[in-house]
Amino acid sequence: MPSLDDLRKRITSVKSTQKITKAMKMVAAAKLRKAQENAEKGRPYSEKMNNVILNLSKSITDKENAPKLLVGTGEEKVHLCIVLTADRGLCGGFNTNIIKKAKSYFEKIISENKTLKIITVGSKGYDQLKRQYKSYIVENISFKESKNINYFDADKVGKIIIEKFEKNEFDICAIFYNKFKNVITQIPQEQQIVPLNEDKDDKDGSGNDNDYEFEPDEDEILSNLLPKNISTQIFKAMLENSASEQGSRMTAMDNATRNAGELVDRLTIEYNRSRQAAITKELIEIISGAESL
Amino acid sequence: MSNLFNIDIVNPEQSFLSKDNVFEVVIPAVEGEIGILKDHIPIISFLKPGIIRVFSESEEQSFYVEDGIVEFKDNTLSVLTSSIFDLKDADKNFVSESISSAEAELSKDNIDDQKRFLLNHKVEVLKSISIN
Repeated sequence: MPSLDDLRKRITSVKSTQKITKAMKMVAAAKLRKAQENAEKGRPYSEKMNNVILNLSKSITDKENAPKLLVGTGEEKVHLCIVLTADRGLCGGFNTNIIKKAKSYFEKIISENKTLKIITVGSKGYDQLKRQYKSYIVENISFKESKNINYFDADKVGKIIIEKFEKNEFDICAIFYNKFKNVITQIPQEQQIVPLNEDKDDKDGSGNDNDYEFEPDEDEILSNLLPKNISTQIFKAMLENSASEQGSRMTAMDNATRNAGELVDRLTIEYNRSRQAAITKELIEIISGAESL
Repeated sequence: MSNLFNIDIVNPEQSFLSKDNVFEVVIPAVEGEIGILKDHIPIISFLKPGIIRVFSESEEQSFYVEDGIVEFKDNTLSVLTSSIFDLKDADKNFVSESISSAEAELSKDNIDDQKRFLLNHKVEVLKSISIN
C-alpha cells in the first residue's frame, strides 16, 4: 500500500505529463492545419505533371528506345526502396506502420533472392531498420535542419536516385510513405516510381484524341521530365507524410491526455480512500482508548 | 467572340498564378520563344531560363523562370516550374547570387555543351534583369 505522500507525488507527476501531452496535441493540431494546406497546395503540380507524362508516354510508339526511367531496364533484380519516415517520435503508430509495410516488402524481395538496397529518409526509419537491415541500407538522409518541407530537399533525394539509376545500381525503385486520409486514418503506401506504373491510368482512353505538338521531340522532353517527376513524387510523398505525422501525433497525444486524466482520477480516489482510512483508524484508536478508561 | 484563354502557373509548393483573362503569353521554350494565343494547337515543351510574359486585358506581368514544362491544351496553358519569381519583386541579392553561382558552374571544365549553353543563357537573362 503506497503512503499518502507517494500517492500525492504520483498524482502531481501524472498531471504534469498530461500538461505536456496536451501542449503537444495543440502544437500538432496547429501544425497539421498548415501541413494539410501545404499538401493540398502541392497537389496541382503533381497532378499536372502526371497528366503530361501520361500524354507523352501514350504518344511514344517506339517502346524499345523509350527512356529507361519510363519503361525500366528490362530486369528486376535490384530493388531500391526509399523509406520516408519522420524525424521525431511520439506520434503513435506513424513510423511503425511505414516500417511494417516496408519490412514485408523487404522480406518478399529477400525470399525471391533479389538484391535489396534501402535509402532511409528521416532518422526514425533509420533507427528502426538498422537493427535488422543494416547491411542493406545504402544511404540515410535526414532533413532535421529544414523547418518546412521544401522542394529543394525532395530534389536532393530525387537527384540521388537518378544518379544511382544512371550508374545502373538498381532496376526497380519503390517509395514508402503514409498517405493522409484524415486525422485518425493514415494509410501506409507503397508506390513504384521507377519504372513508372502505367496500367493504372489506362482507364481514361480519351487522352489519345489529343495530338500534341512536341518541341523538341518526345524522347527529349521525356528524358528531361522523368527525373523531375521523381523529385515531384518524392515531394508529394513528403508532404503527405508530414500531414500524416502531425495527424497521427495529434491523435496519439489526445489519447495520452485522456489516459492521463483517467489515471489521475483513479489515483485521486485511491488517495482519498487511504486518507479516509487513516482518519477512521485514528478515530477507532481514540474511541477504543477512551472506552478502556 | 472573346480571344481569351486560361493560364495556370504552378510550382511544387503551391499554385503560383491562375488567370482566365489572358490573350497572349510569351514563353521561353527550349528551342526559342513561343507566343501563345487562343486556340493554339496542343503543345508540350520545356523551358530554358528566361522571362514569361503574360498579357491580360488589364495588365502585363513578367516572371523569371529557370526551368519547367509547359502544356497547352483546351485553351489552358499550364506551366510547371520549380523556380519562378515575379520580376516586380525580384531580389537584387538573389539575382546576383544566381549569376555568380551560374558563372562558377560555367568555369568548370567538365560540363557538356548543352549545359554550357543553358548556363550562358541564364547568366544573360539574369544580367538583363539586374540592369532594369
